[in-house]
Amino acid sequence: MKWETVIGLETHAQLSTRSKIFSGAPTAFGAAPNTQACEVDIALPGVLPVLNRGAVERAIRFGLAVGGTISPRSVFARKNYFYPDLPKGYQISQYELPIVVGGTLEIVVGDQQKTVHLTRAHLEEDAGKSLHEDFHGMTGIDLNRAGTPLLEIVSEPDLRSSAEAVAYAKALHALVRWIDICDGNMQEGSFRCDANVSVRRPGEPLGTRCEIKNLNSFRFLERAIEFEVRRQIEVLEEGGRIVQETRLYDPDRDETRPMRSKEDAMDYRYFPDPDLLPLEVSRQWQGEIQAQMPVLPQARQAAFRARGLSGYDALLLVGSRETADYFEQMAGGANPSVAKLCANWINGALSAKLNDAGVDISASRISAAQLRGLVDRIADGTISGKIAKDVFDAMWAGEGDPDTVIEKRGLRQISDSGEIEKIVDQVLAANAPQVADYRSGKEKAFNSLVGQVMKATKGKANPAQVNTLLKQKLGGG
Amino acid sequence: MLNFTVKQLAAELAAKRVSSVEVTQYFIKRINALGKALNAFISVDEEQSLTSARAADQLLAAGRGGPLTGIPLAHKDIFCTKGWLTTCGSKILSNFVAPYDAHVIERFNQAGAVIAGKTNMDEFAMGSSNETSFYGPVRNPWDTAAVPGGSSGGSAAAVAARLAPAATGTDTGGSIRQPAAFTGICGLKPTYGVVSRYGMIAFASSLDQGGPFAKTAEDLALMLNVMAGFDARDSTSLQREPEDYTRELAQPLQGLRIGLPAEFFAAGLASDVARAVDAAIAEFRRLGCATVEVRLPNMRLAVPVYYVLAPAEASSNLARFDGVRYGYRAPEYSDLLDMYCKTRAQGFGAEVKRRILIGTYVLSHGYYDAYYLKAQKLRRLIAQDFAAAFSQCDVIMGPTTPTTAFNLGEKAGDPVQMYLSDIYTIAVNLAGLPGMSIPAGFGANNHPVGLQLIGNYFGEAKMLNAAHQYQRVTGWHLEMPAAARSEAP
Repeated sequence: MKWETVIGLETHAQLSTRSKIFSGAPTAFGAAPNTQACEVDIALPGVLPVLNRGAVERAIRFGLAVGGTISPRSVFARKNYFYPDLPKGYQISQYELPIVVGGTLEIVVGDQQKTVHLTRAHLEEDAGKSLHEDFHGMTGIDLNRAGTPLLEIVSEPDLRSSAEAVAYAKALHALVRWIDICDGNMQEGSFRCDANVSVRRPGEPLGTRCEIKNLNSFRFLERAIEFEVRRQIEVLEEGGRIVQETRLYDPDRDETRPMRSKEDAMDYRYFPDPDLLPLEVSRQWQGEIQAQMPVLPQARQAAFRARGLSGYDALLLVGSRETADYFEQMAGGANPSVAKLCANWINGALSAKLNDAGVDISASRISAAQLRGLVDRIADGTISGKIAKDVFDAMWAGEGDPDTVIEKRGLRQISDSGEIEKIVDQVLAANAPQVADYRSGKEKAFNSLVGQVMKATKGKANPAQVNTLLKQKLGGG
Repeated sequence: MLNFTVKQLAAELAAKRVSSVEVTQYFIKRINALGKALNAFISVDEEQSLTSARAADQLLAAGRGGPLTGIPLAHKDIFCTKGWLTTCGSKILSNFVAPYDAHVIERFNQAGAVIAGKTNMDEFAMGSSNETSFYGPVRNPWDTAAVPGGSSGGSAAAVAARLAPAATGTDTGGSIRQPAAFTGICGLKPTYGVVSRYGMIAFASSLDQGGPFAKTAEDLALMLNVMAGFDARDSTSLQREPEDYTRELAQPLQGLRIGLPAEFFAAGLASDVARAVDAAIAEFRRLGCATVEVRLPNMRLAVPVYYVLAPAEASSNLARFDGVRYGYRAPEYSDLLDMYCKTRAQGFGAEVKRRILIGTYVLSHGYYDAYYLKAQKLRRLIAQDFAAAFSQCDVIMGPTTPTTAFNLGEKAGDPVQMYLSDIYTIAVNLAGLPGMSIPAGFGANNHPVGLQLIGNYFGEAKMLNAAHQYQRVTGWHLEMPAAARSEAP
């Protein structure tokens, strides 16, 4: 019998405030150790936290973007445990009353669209870093990161495969950048996931889960889940049982390893932080933030579909606000077929080039207007789609506008029927066996003849005209 | 100069009859002469004090002095004071020199006041007798066999022995009012949120409040004028218009309604305290006040509620003392856990450990609802009792403590008996109300008796008015322990 995978993700998105969530120290990444930690961050005796309004606004933006409920009253609690990079001996986090409750996120896997439900999103502070490698026989503590604002976004166990988990993580990653609350830099740890993974027979209640901590790339997320699912199935099929525990993914060995079991799980002794008042979000404040929200990806996706794009194309275009803007600049008021061509070029050739170069679309070497020029030359028959690929490469290489490239390289499509007819005649004369094959009913021979004509014109012949002429000559012969 | 009030000293300074340097030297000399026997101070730094005194003299010379400019003040060693050892009475902070000033210290610095020294206190303000200090007990200037009360025992003893004209303290369950009562001086705990807690080392955040000690109600008002005020660094600091706490001092008390809670005068109140308190209340009646009996039915729950909530908060507040970043660290340990365990086992005293254990227990999984949550609900009921009482009266009065100062060691072995010495003061912190204690005579053994005044929220000026009018017609607040007089330089 088959196994069903059940996954829920807890994602930590670092909020893009300039200062920390409870102090005025800067949040910039990469500074010398302990230079961005003030008296509050290092928890000197007597210091007190003051909530950063910008962090709250970002959490509200997220809640509005996923259609969640913004709690009119939420509470910061203390999560108590001892660790050297946790200066106060407790982390301030929202526990019973989070700022965002519920919400949904749309994901696409292959051509399947799915709605993932969110449990909650809450504000909390990050801890510092323990540096075990840099000091012989000692551990260094860097508190620069201590107090950095995080939004922890918790999904329901709605995901059924590593592919869905990755699609969810990517959609979330795109969304937090779209609404400008997180820079999404995964190398720097600005966006990281914990995955709760279990397996079960379809229709049965949820199995025992394991939590895999701190997955900071989509690839690691995918590999870790795949390993963990295989491991759990193996254990169960051998008659064993899954022990609820926290596991770590080791990318070098591509496996997950136990970190701590539920039995030695800590009692965090949560209680409301008496240093902070309950956080109240008025309807007015929420309204002000709502008024500043950008058009959301789902709305723009719908608008793109309304102009004739497929759901899939439209979804790819809303992968980032910059991509969607690029499409809008490029497509302008174009008709559905041109708009479709624009989407194809962005999602296909351009996206591939950007990926290879590792640059963002806002840094693309081909502007939206230039790429539109290329599409126009295809639409008006100046070049074929095939030739257009060469023109595109030349444009990426910096050879200029599509018209310049076409002229300089002599790539203009041959649409002069007299000229094409001459070449068709030559090809027919030189390929008597294929002509005979076609006439005896072998349809395939026709394609070969088209290929010969295209080859003779170096791809520049207008394919539609070649087809028509060949059919006339062969049919009428 | 010995028995001058802050107000009188300020007048002397303003009239240039004496300089701040002279005043400061005078009190530091007294601290050095008397302080050892009383053990009232943890740190004295004559150099730093005289530097500020000279700066104050310049301000005064330029005619830019305020009501506290040049006045030496003793600060409880719970307030972070830049460049000063700030120990909180604990071994774990016995090497901690604060790199910043608490808001309260900042305000006094801005007012041109001089720091006379840092006073002894119960470790992390946990105690009612000043016997839990790592630096040893403080003695009561009225009777050196007796305790001065706690936790602000050093500050109270310092003012009572005339080692400083005024001092600061903090009050979580009575830690200003109880030692004020035991040492025959005035002490005031403001409404929660009036004085910033920034830089005041936390014991129980939702209850802690800084406040002044002085010889007179009028001096308390002058001190509070400086200490109170909004501070953006404390989220529980209240954003209100600044007020002048002296503004109502002169008002007659005719028609003031005094609430007398039956629960304050029930079994457990020592007869010598009752007699003195009754006499004080009679005096208020003579001043034109009306008295009305009020009820605080949930007050009997105040001590148990407090001993759930305060330790819960403390167990978390004190987690930062882990030996990692500052303070004491055990000299030898095998690994991280061992470092934590040894540092905290060696760095904290018995009472602090007891409260950390209680607090950890009541917050534990499975016990939280039964203890912490239940206590929070009862806390609200206690606050509601006061709200109902204040619909019938303007100020509540009663004894500050059930007995006068007890002897050193008398209750040290029995925490519950010790905790009960705060039975009349604790409910005020739970409700967040302002309260004060003023001298109201003497009990058996010639130990001072304190009269407690409890105001409605932001009723500090009204309480001070009542106390000041009482002090205009009585002389208890001018009484000075013999020890103070005999050692006068």
